[in-house]
Amino acid sequence: MTEPAPGFGATPLEGRNNAIQQGVKLLFGLMTVVLVLPVIAILGTLVYEGGPALTLGFFLDMPRNGMTEGGIFPALIGTIWLTAGALVVAVPLGIAAAIYLSEYAPDTMLTRTINLAIINLAGVPSIVHALFGVGAFVYFLRFGTSILAASCTLAVMTLPVVIVATRESLQAVPRAFREACWSLGATRWQTIARIVLPNSGSGILTGIILVVSRAVGETAPIMFTGAAFFVPFLPQGVFDQTMALSLHLYNVSTQVNLGEGHKHLPFAVALTLILVVLAMNALAIFFRMRLRGRKRW
Amino acid sequence: MVTASDAATALLSVRDLSIRYGDKVALQGVELEVRPHEIFGIIGPATAGKTSFLRALNRMDQFVPGMRVGGSVMFAGREVRHIRNQYALRRHIGVVFPLPVGLPLSIYDNVALAPRLAGRATKSELDEIVERCLRRAALWDEVKDRLKSLGSLLSGGQQQRLTIARALSQDPELLLLDEFSIAVDPVTTMRIEEVLKELRAELTIVLVTNLVQQARRLSDRIAFFLGGRCVEIAKTEDLFGGAAKDQRTVDYLEGRFG
Repeated sequence: MTEPAPGFGATPLEGRNNAIQQGVKLLFGLMTVVLVLPVIAILGTLVYEGGPALTLGFFLDMPRNGMTEGGIFPALIGTIWLTAGALVVAVPLGIAAAIYLSEYAPDTMLTRTINLAIINLAGVPSIVHALFGVGAFVYFLRFGTSILAASCTLAVMTLPVVIVATRESLQAVPRAFREACWSLGATRWQTIARIVLPNSGSGILTGIILVVSRAVGETAPIMFTGAAFFVPFLPQGVFDQTMALSLHLYNVSTQVNLGEGHKHLPFAVALTLILVVLAMNALAIFFRMRLRGRKRW
Repeated sequence: MVTASDAATALLSVRDLSIRYGDKVALQGVELEVRPHEIFGIIGPATAGKTSFLRALNRMDQFVPGMRVGGSVMFAGREVRHIRNQYALRRHIGVVFPLPVGLPLSIYDNVALAPRLAGRATKSELDEIVERCLRRAALWDEVKDRLKSLGSLLSGGQQQRLTIARALSQDPELLLLDEFSIAVDPVTTMRIEEVLKELRAELTIVLVTNLVQQARRLSDRIAFFLGGRCVEIAKTEDLFGGAAKDQRTVDYLEGRFG
């Protein structure tokens, strides 16, 4: 047939709907592009300005000459300390709380309030967490301005992320699995350990890696609690102060008078910071794909 | 009327059982006995309280918020509510659900799960349990070469037989089946029905079903539940032989409401 059969032509209304549909598609596509542009611009600037400075020496040298030259080694190591510390505190605590809230807690006003509080905790500005950290960890618990105090502050700030991510992935495991397991004489904990946790690993892992991304990038919570402007040695223990990448970026951008020829320094630090975060996110995606790749049910 | 000898020989004896969810009454005033080695059918429309009844037997109300059970359930001479170790009670009662539940474990581990959790059984014992239970559930021949593959990815009919094998893994005295055939093809349904007939030699079965004819094929006695009450209990041949006492039972059997 060369012509459409009668009755298949577009009515005026259908024609208009079609045009609207095309227009909406174009508009939303454009908005997506607008959204991506700043990301490209930021990454492009950082790579262009800071990329050439990223040598092995930059990562492994101490800062020199009032931090206007040299590398970022102590800041890099410090960030690793702080992030690892935050994980050690936040992950076990967060997962335990999430398991309790998802698997054990009865659905009462109290637990609903707790759930709401956890979600709201995630919305508290990080500077408020910083002040809380100063009061609770630096002074009340007498940790002093130290890696321990800063890590604990970061942990409190990221706990809601761990809890919410863990709880969601626990609840993605069908209730029928739990009932089947219970009916065999399993306790709640046996059911959690054998069935629920092994099948919510990818979600929990995602939460953990989000914590890493945030802990690496946050500045406010650590600047009063444990991160220092300049420390000429590497931390020896959790009660030492330390430098950190995020604070170092702030300092070299605003607090230090960089001479000509060293203007690339902040860009290089920023690029390093972004690379660490991106690497973490890539790791998260990799693990999730490995865990999710196999269909489990 | 319940006589003393009935109560003495019954494996399961239910007195004045009531179940509520919050303010809602799901079941009340249920009295019945299940005798050893019989298949006891329970029929009735939706919301008759059949599934709630099964839940009360092995104390699954522990896991259902708001579910309250009143009255008495005697299992093997013990009041279930007074059994200290509720987990031990559930090991004596196998459960098969309406929708097949293949746990996201290997086929082998699905069947071996309960014996392992109970903390007994060596590797060779487990091998023996897994093979025996899968054979009894008429699944062994189909899966014996891939015991390591995921039980949750089997077909629906296979998963339901896996669920039965798992329910048998601790040699229960009582097997509860809740509308086992609603997600299973007719051929598999027939195979499972054959399995149940054979199992009757070893254990006692309570069969909740939506299919009146299935209850007729399998059950020795049948209880008709309606609107949270047990309307009538009778021998299968009596019930289908026109001896149903209650008009509502007659109507239901003849498909006149529901």
